[in-house]
Amino acid sequence: MNHKTLFGIVAAGLLLAFAVGALVYKSKRADQSAQLAERNRAHLVRMHSPTLGKDDAPVVIVEFLDPACGTCREFYPLVKAMMAANPDRIRLVLRYAPFHDGSDKVVAALAAARKQGKLWPALEALLASQDAWSPNHRPQIALALKHLEGLGLNLEQLRTDMAAPEIAGMIAQDLEDAQALDVTKTPEFFVNGKPLPTFGYEPLKKLVDDALAATRR
Amino acid sequence: MNNDNAAWGLIFGAWLIAAVSTLGALFFGEVMQLPTCVLCWYQRIFMFPLVLILPIGLFPLDRNVVRYALPLAVLGWPFAVFHVLLIAGVIPEDIRPCAQGVPCSEKVIEWFGFVTIPLLAVVAFSAIIALLVLAHFRSPR
Repeated sequence: MNHKTLFGIVAAGLLLAFAVGALVYKSKRADQSAQLAERNRAHLVRMHSPTLGKDDAPVVIVEFLDPACGTCREFYPLVKAMMAANPDRIRLVLRYAPFHDGSDKVVAALAAARKQGKLWPALEALLASQDAWSPNHRPQIALALKHLEGLGLNLEQLRTDMAAPEIAGMIAQDLEDAQALDVTKTPEFFVNGKPLPTFGYEPLKKLVDDALAATRR
Repeated sequence: MNNDNAAWGLIFGAWLIAAVSTLGALFFGEVMQLPTCVLCWYQRIFMFPLVLILPIGLFPLDRNVVRYALPLAVLGWPFAVFHVLLIAGVIPEDIRPCAQGVPCSEKVIEWFGFVTIPLLAVVAFSAIIALLVLAHFRSPR
């Protein structure tokens, strides 16, 4: 065989093997994560989990979120838009996955803000000012607290509440559940218990639309 | 001419190993999304260019390619060996050059109880070095 032909065939064969391998692996992986979510349904929602939307909404989106995560910031308005487009039909359950070093303290601040009934405004304020309090992806609680001023929060109370053991327990529980569900990146979404087959806005939109369509039948 | 054919085959073999290693590394990192630690990156730096450099010496056959490719393989080899020793625990923790986040001493894959990714890298770099050295000595000059 001519050297060029040999080289061409081998190179094409290697690339083909890679592509087929990647496809097979991805589809197997998607099946596995669906089964994992099915087996670990109890880990999806906890009593302590904050929710947004009507309690009896037919479609439940569980989102594992890190307040310091840029992609979480990008997805937040997209999820809100989906909820606004389908009033009373979608409920958002918020789970914390503070994977950034120091993010757990920011989550504690959010949980403390919740005690004062201001979780969602606090979350929105922190996502909007993320770059300012998390320079170079290093969350700094002292900076984050500055961006909670002006929401009408009692910041002194908030600082005390942040140290409460039940908040630490809640964060530990969320991280444990994230591990059980193999959530290693944020944001991660589960729609009526089903994980995204691949990450992205389109797959999320499709999963939500399918779930909405299923409830209309 | 016979020597030329043999040299071509040896360099081609080295390219094949480099190509499989590169695609393998990309499969581990991009498809299986295994974490890539600092040492893995250095090994990639010395492996990936071989996939491009070696074929340039194959068409038409240019034995000088050994001189350009061998330094990469020779520099990549100690990184892979260092990584294997780190995983084996021969090198103590405090001198490991890893940034926090993904510790290099973590084994993300272990086949048959002993095959780890850095071990594959050691084998690949060693084989590439051997083939290139052989190709050099097949030189007519």
